[in-house]
Amino acid sequence: MALKTEELVLNMGPQHPSTHGVLRLEVQLEGELVTKVTPHLGYLHRCFEKHAEAMTYPQVIPYTDRMDYLASMYNNFGYVIGVEKMLGIQVPERVEYIRIIMGELQRIASHMVALGTYGLDIGAFTPFLYLFRDREKILTLFEITCGARLLYNYMWVGGLSHDLHPDFERLTREFISYFRPNIDELNNLLTYNKIFVERTANIGVLPKETAINYGITGPNLRASGLKYDLRRNDPYSIYDRFDFEIPVGEGLVGTVGDCWDRFYVRVLEMEQSLKIVEQALNQLPEGDINEALPKRVKPPKGSIYQRVENPKGELGYFIISDGTVNPFRVKVRAPSFVNLAILNELSKGHLVADIIAILGSLDIVLGEIDR
Amino acid sequence: MYESLVEITGLEIFAAFVSAAMPVAFLVPFVIIAVYLERKVSAHMQDRLGPMRVGYHGLLQTIADFFKLIQKEDIVAEGIDKKFFNFAPFLVFAGSYAVYAALPFSSKYIGSETDLGIFYIIAISGLVVAGILMAGWTSNNKYSLYGAMRSAAQIISYEIPTALVILSIIMWTGTMSLATMSEMQTAYFWNWNILGGPEWGITKFVLIPFLLVAFIILYVSTLAEVNRTPFDMPEAESELVAGYHTEYSGMKFAMFFLAEYGNMFAVSAIVSVIFFGGYQSPFGYLGNTLGIEWLVPFEQVFWFAAKGIFFVFVQMWLRWTLPRVRVDQLMTICWKYLIPYSFVNLLVIGIITLL
Amino acid sequence: MKTAKEILEILQKKFPEIEFSLVEDEPSDQIIFTDALKIHEICEFLRDGEGLKFDTLMNLSGVDDANGEKQTNDDGSETIVGGTLSVYYNLDSIELNHKTTLQVSTSRESPKVESVNLIWRAADWHEREAYDMLGIKFLNHPDLRRILMPYDWEEGSYPLRKDYKDPEFYQGMKVPY
Repeated sequence: MALKTEELVLNMGPQHPSTHGVLRLEVQLEGELVTKVTPHLGYLHRCFEKHAEAMTYPQVIPYTDRMDYLASMYNNFGYVIGVEKMLGIQVPERVEYIRIIMGELQRIASHMVALGTYGLDIGAFTPFLYLFRDREKILTLFEITCGARLLYNYMWVGGLSHDLHPDFERLTREFISYFRPNIDELNNLLTYNKIFVERTANIGVLPKETAINYGITGPNLRASGLKYDLRRNDPYSIYDRFDFEIPVGEGLVGTVGDCWDRFYVRVLEMEQSLKIVEQALNQLPEGDINEALPKRVKPPKGSIYQRVENPKGELGYFIISDGTVNPFRVKVRAPSFVNLAILNELSKGHLVADIIAILGSLDIVLGEIDR
Repeated sequence: MYESLVEITGLEIFAAFVSAAMPVAFLVPFVIIAVYLERKVSAHMQDRLGPMRVGYHGLLQTIADFFKLIQKEDIVAEGIDKKFFNFAPFLVFAGSYAVYAALPFSSKYIGSETDLGIFYIIAISGLVVAGILMAGWTSNNKYSLYGAMRSAAQIISYEIPTALVILSIIMWTGTMSLATMSEMQTAYFWNWNILGGPEWGITKFVLIPFLLVAFIILYVSTLAEVNRTPFDMPEAESELVAGYHTEYSGMKFAMFFLAEYGNMFAVSAIVSVIFFGGYQSPFGYLGNTLGIEWLVPFEQVFWFAAKGIFFVFVQMWLRWTLPRVRVDQLMTICWKYLIPYSFVNLLVIGIITLL
Repeated sequence: MKTAKEILEILQKKFPEIEFSLVEDEPSDQIIFTDALKIHEICEFLRDGEGLKFDTLMNLSGVDDANGEKQTNDDGSETIVGGTLSVYYNLDSIELNHKTTLQVSTSRESPKVESVNLIWRAADWHEREAYDMLGIKFLNHPDLRRILMPYDWEEGSYPLRKDYKDPEFYQGMKVPY
């Protein structure tokens, strides 16, 4: 007589240590094998888009901070250059450079969290704390610049809230020379660790075509082997002036596009960001940062889709203006929102432990998914 | 100790109680220190300070935590099989505590001077599996169930290489009593089993590499048996929240905790008895040099604890360095690598012993 | 690289029976306006067509145009009757490095748009969000459920519509606090 078997449904979250926030995954299991993963979102829904309709354009900026709270600077960045484009404002050189420095530092900080928590998901506790120790230093740089450590409201339409602190340049250079060797330390401790490689290589392989069709962007897409970075392919601000490389996944220890590649691309990107920050510091011009601040932000009737390369992927703002001081509609194309949609596709046929590895490698932030 | 107490007092019950309670006097302070150590070791490895507020450098932190745990409300969720749910932590603790009965703390103290010490330990530690399965099953929680299943599978699998290695050592030393085994590796560290035992000759040097392999196999599989990283599958917090003790709180949780740390020391002690001379000092005894006879057993306890704690420290060191393997890889390591190697090792050591 | 005008010409040649128009008074992007019930055919052509190759859907936004007739209710709140809801598609071609925007409109009372989920899987959650927030029904979408709001949120209550009113109670809990 054949045994009657039944699929087991395991609810992961919304309170679970490794769903990176309040995500609920409904996992259907056959033994320990995953047959289907259904993400349920919305536990952190804070009505960003509805709020934005009732605010003036500058008032929306603090709300953008709270979407991807690990990369607030970059969220500001995308929104303000979108609005500036609608208004036709050209910001001073110095502002452009400072924005890029802040953006790239934020990218490093965001990747640090991504890599650290990924180590935590796999069970390595120590690299997480090493990376957080170094992230503190970046947050301190932000703090001396604008007084806030997590939610900055730093970039304004047409300018910045504060000019750089006199010590900023020195401290940033110190940070760069301090942090470079630490990347090697991370690689030795975690990236090339045999157990870590065993856990992540050939897990959750994402082929390039699937990734494109699913709209996956950012490090996740690059790990699949496609050299596609908006900083190069659709340049905004002054990224065309810097010399940096776009790391792609090469399948060093497994297949191209596996979890290890997604991890390693982020490690390499940190190095490139350091390089950009260094160049920007060298070229940083003097000037008045508030020169181009508009008296009143009132874009003409129309719409714009502005996209930037957020640490997590393509962050897009689709802004419709009806000619008043309030945006008519702000739709955010959140990179994590789109990247998470692939989870089911990647997890099928893997083990429970691999869901955690795959979810961690996608680097999602729930604040951005639920908005 | 039991016999001498019977001789002195003439009360068998009293003697039994005293010699049974001795390990508690060791275990509870040890757990308190080990938890503190774990925090400090992890903290310093991770470039932070760890507990600093309670007492000097946080020395009293664990004691404060202990009182906190005692005061906690004992939550028993609905839909739980209460009888077995309440019983499970005690069974787990009993299983790990029973191991202490056969550990030779010094030449003067061993809970039970049975000839089958090592055999008994392997057998009795199976109780822990029963307790863990009970905890996982009665919790009526899928995470607990997964944790328990994994844990049972893991402990049972890893008992095989452990037993094989121990078997090869038994073959070679010709005794199953841990006390005798310690006795044999007397005096200086070159007499330890890891360095080929007390008898001088070619066999000693031929054996060293195989004994080293045996030691590594034994250490790895004991790591897995006590569910420490990189084999902490059952309580893999990033997947299974807290594994089989997810639903426990307060004192019952503390029992699991106590059992875990008790186990950690027990397996470290077994490793040290089998390979590193147990309670024997590596440099000879101060008591013998000074002519103070009664000092020797205390020195032996010191060395026994020191060696055990050193291996506990190595366990912590590994925990805070390595990531966790996946459950199927865990089985692969056991069945495809450790077991064949330990078979080969058994064979080689057997042949060498015969010659 | 193709401009919106060139793309429009190609589309008009390919689909003579479908109406297209160019929305031009925008500050930057030009938008191709087309038919909501034919959008999947157009999108499939845009994805596969020679010289177009729009292989990703960057963004899909539902918008309440709020161009209907405003009626004031007794309690002072406004309800919009008539008018349209729109869906904007921001397409991008990684291969040819160009992008374009499409717009379709549908009636507010029974908003129906063909799903492009089968063309770009990226559309899946975006369409669910547009349904969740604005109540736009995407025809042939395999799994059209609410996504950000609770699954049991009041039927017919779509928060991003301009005349949305908070419900009094949700599951017996008072909503406006």
